[in-house]
Amino acid sequence: MAEQVSNVTHKYLRPKKTFPNVWCPGCGIGIAMGALIRAIDTLELDRNEVSIVSGIGCSARIPVYLDFNTLHTTHGRAIAFATGVKLGNPRLHVIVISGDGDLLAIGGNHFIHTARRNIDITCILINNYIYGMTGGQYSPTTPFAKNASTAPFGMVEQSFDPSDLAISSGATYVARGTVYHASQLSRLISQAIQHKGFSFVEVIANCHTQYGRLNREGSAVKMIQWQKECAVPVSTAAKMSPEELEGKFVIGKLHEVFRPEYVSEYQKTIDRFSREEKSDQQLQES
Amino acid sequence: MADAEEVEIKKKKWKRRPDPVVIYKKWCKTCNICIEMCPKNVFDTDRDGYPVVSRGLDCTQCTICWMHCPEFAITSNEK
Ligand code: SF4
Ligand code: SF4
Ligand code: SF4
Repeated sequence: MAEQVSNVTHKYLRPKKTFPNVWCPGCGIGIAMGALIRAIDTLELDRNEVSIVSGIGCSARIPVYLDFNTLHTTHGRAIAFATGVKLGNPRLHVIVISGDGDLLAIGGNHFIHTARRNIDITCILINNYIYGMTGGQYSPTTPFAKNASTAPFGMVEQSFDPSDLAISSGATYVARGTVYHASQLSRLISQAIQHKGFSFVEVIANCHTQYGRLNREGSAVKMIQWQKECAVPVSTAAKMSPEELEGKFVIGKLHEVFRPEYVSEYQKTIDRFSREEKSDQQLQES
Repeated sequence: MADAEEVEIKKKKWKRRPDPVVIYKKWCKTCNICIEMCPKNVFDTDRDGYPVVSRGLDCTQCTICWMHCPEFAITSNEK
């Protein structure tokens, strides 16, 4: 690598992997990965106590390049594996990285139930509105009337708002960022990692190769600049009417509440019963 | 910084400034994000589409280019 390693991201890349990475030139996933690395670096987490889990898809390639404990699992099941990792070793900071098709279509059920349980996992959704790797099929977040390779005349279904879905399913921290606002994104991710409970960060990213090409949205640069035009910070959005917010999205911290967390509640139950068992044994011995 | 002499020294230092950012060409995929996003218009494109630092003196180390490079190909020389 370059002689002066001042770019913090290089510290956390796997030295044996060949670079450049597999993504298309200018793909937003790389920027989101940089934001994640910077978030972990500012929190100064021990890299042996971070576990990154992903499913299948373009964005699921992220853990392949990262030098943490990583797990590359089956399509849509990243969250299910992550739940196991967290229950097995509650000390770990478990981070799930997933794409929109992976997390919301194939793994949709895992997602809502993990949010409901409020297990201490950080889930990062890279939302680029399409299945990129498999050839541009529409995903649950493809906006109405937009094209995809399986919707050549425009999408006829309505789409999910992933952040709303997370809030209503019971996630206790929900934020949305874009790859254009990379430094804010990094801050949001570090807040999400620190939050105790299920935290969800939606990252609006660009897939210019599939989504951009099919919808004539132009190059990577153009798509990233589109994010800047359409993003509205939470504070400004509060003053806007629903009509004004049409076609835009709100970025920043959308939701934060505190509720009992799954792993610690589970542990409490285990402790209670082992205590009762112990006192039973003591009674029998005396 | 009212001292004129000090300002002169600073100016001299500034002139000798090496490239503020370094592009690692092997990793760069010529996506042009850094070129378009730099607020000070520091980069130019070379014949093959790679960014080159042409107006390094204007760089303010605002972090935008290396934060947004999807290939981690930009490192700063000053931070
Ligand atoms: S297909 Fe889309 S999401 Fe996948 S690497 Fe290319 S631009 Fe990125
Ligand atoms: S640090 Fe900022 S001003 Fe300097 S080259 Fe990068 S984007 Fe341009
Ligand atoms: S952003 Fe990175 S990959 Fe894109 S042109 Fe600049 S240095 Fe190359």
